[in-house]
Amino acid sequence: MMTTAASSEPKLRSRPAAAAFIMFGGIALLALGIILSVSYGAANIKPAAVWQAVFSYNPELTEHQIVRELRLPRALAGALVGACFAVAGAIMQGMTRNPLADPGLLGINAGAGLVLAVCFAFFPGLPFLKLILLSFLGAAVGAALVYGFGSLAGKGLTPVRLALAGATVSALLTAISEGIAIYFRIGQDLAFWHAGGVAGVKWTQLRVMFPWAAGALAAALLLSRSVTLLSLGEEVATGLGGRTAMAKLGCAAVVLVLAGAAVSAVGPIGFVGLVIPHIARYFVGVDYRRIIPVSAIFGGLLMVFADIGARMVHPPYETPIGALIALIGVPFFLYLARREGREL
Amino acid sequence: MNGEPFPGSSHRMPIRGIAVCAVLGVLIIIAFIVSMNTGFTRLPPLDVIKTLFGAGTAKQQIILFDFRLPRIVISVLVGAGLAVSGCIMQGLSRNGLADPGILGINAGAGLMVVLFVAFYPANTASSIFLLPFLALVGAGLAAALVYALAYQKHTGLSRTRLVLTGIAVAAGIHAAMIVLTLRIDPQKYQFVSVWLAGSIWGTNWKFVAALLPWILVLLPYAIYKSQILNVISLGDQMAAGLGASVEKERLRLLAVSVGLAGSCVAVGGGIGFVGLIGPHLARRLVGPKHQVLLPASALAGGLLVIVADTLARWIMQPSELPAGIVVAVIGAPYFLYLLVKSKE
Repeated sequence: MMTTAASSEPKLRSRPAAAAFIMFGGIALLALGIILSVSYGAANIKPAAVWQAVFSYNPELTEHQIVRELRLPRALAGALVGACFAVAGAIMQGMTRNPLADPGLLGINAGAGLVLAVCFAFFPGLPFLKLILLSFLGAAVGAALVYGFGSLAGKGLTPVRLALAGATVSALLTAISEGIAIYFRIGQDLAFWHAGGVAGVKWTQLRVMFPWAAGALAAALLLSRSVTLLSLGEEVATGLGGRTAMAKLGCAAVVLVLAGAAVSAVGPIGFVGLVIPHIARYFVGVDYRRIIPVSAIFGGLLMVFADIGARMVHPPYETPIGALIALIGVPFFLYLARREGREL
Repeated sequence: MNGEPFPGSSHRMPIRGIAVCAVLGVLIIIAFIVSMNTGFTRLPPLDVIKTLFGAGTAKQQIILFDFRLPRIVISVLVGAGLAVSGCIMQGLSRNGLADPGILGINAGAGLMVVLFVAFYPANTASSIFLLPFLALVGAGLAAALVYALAYQKHTGLSRTRLVLTGIAVAAGIHAAMIVLTLRIDPQKYQFVSVWLAGSIWGTNWKFVAALLPWILVLLPYAIYKSQILNVISLGDQMAAGLGASVEKERLRLLAVSVGLAGSCVAVGGGIGFVGLIGPHLARRLVGPKHQVLLPASALAGGLLVIVADTLARWIMQPSELPAGIVVAVIGAPYFLYLLVKSKE
């Protein structure tokens, strides 16, 4: 991030017109993506039938049921989860001034994974509602461990320390869940969850997740000014009158809820939180008041279209969406590493 | 940096280093004896000694010589190899986070194993001897890929870029592995997951014979090159002062590190953290000079894995836990402790 700080003058200029255009265009595209996602699938359903299923639902028709009970929640969950991951990543990158930050870094994925392993092994018949809430709790515990250990040391929470603590806590929690998985032979069940996917999302899940996700997204918008301040560095932020400690705490809480809700619903899908904020920054500049909403839209777009792609690669089988996004994310990460490697 | 002439100045092994290595050696011998007692069939210490001198029953002979002893020897060798490999990487990249896993070595080896298990007819009797070789090839390919992607013509091999590239390539390989593991049948999945978690499964003298040459050749070679490692680990300026040969030496040492890690992962599976913790522990005990640090790392790593494997056999009798999981459960808290104590 040194380059941004050094040559911040030209980049700091805001691009409100571009941002507005991108936001409206993005929302239109997202609507198109959701329509495509609802229309496309193993069962061939005519657009007219899709329309009727949504607006004049007849529960006795199988076609309507497929659209209403399987495809619609899936498409909506994809958009919502993508927004959550992307905004969580954007806040983390701004807050830690670490261009490679991603929700996976906070131990959230590993924490949720451990709770899921425990549930699958010891309480196999647990209802979905409880499973989601518990894995959300696991995500919080993972993040709390990382955040706690990261900030316990001498000079507080530096990006490097956060990354180190995240990698270590993740390794520990993953090892424990692996041990449980191997002992109880539930590894392959967990692997489906680890691969990540929106295929299994039902209305019940969406209903549990939605209030958390929507609330946290709104909070992220409210905090966006503070994120911009934090992204300028601690000294600048304090000098400009920002209350950095409070802002950081608020940001951490929002990231936790966003990533926890998303991970518990669809599994640990990496790289959305990493890639999308960079793309958003490229289009709208360095002001997080624009980066955050644009990230939310782009994140939703990526997930919805990746999910359509996951169904098209090898029908009727589904390719794990996490793997598909990694396919896009890895080269992008490599590109960032090549660019940032000089200064980091 | 501190005025020591380079190259050629002979370094005596300081007394502290010798003492530390001696203590670690004694601890390994103790662990050796304890480990020989432990397992599904317990052998009292006296019986172990009797059997060692040829006075045990036929059953005790078989247990000790055909099952336990090769496994113990392999765990020491694997631990030593991985720790030295990690120590070289940490020196080369000047990054305390570096570990064979980071260069994509574990992932590369793992992908080959999963590919093989997925597509080869399930006849484990003959394939088990092909696996280590394939894993070694996979490890080498992954490391070469990481190196090629991280290398830049003008700046050479930046340490940060190497680490970041490694993380990205490993993530990509993991995504591919998840797609594959979802397709294989549960029986095979269990084998793959245990292997990936780092189980010392080669309880056979043939594996000792396969691993030993690598350790016997590469480990002394690394110690022989320790002066160059000292210089490279001091920083780019120092290394640049030595001219072009540094780049060549770096490549050579990287190859040594990959060879060690690849052969160890092939036999021991994906044991993480040894390459990270072994050198850290050794550095705290003997300081940063690689002449002493490398042997001390080897001993610390060997001790760690032998203790982990013994615990793994003891905790969940009669079924076994992969040693890699125990290493992570011991290693991660230690690493977090280091993190909290560090002042940087």
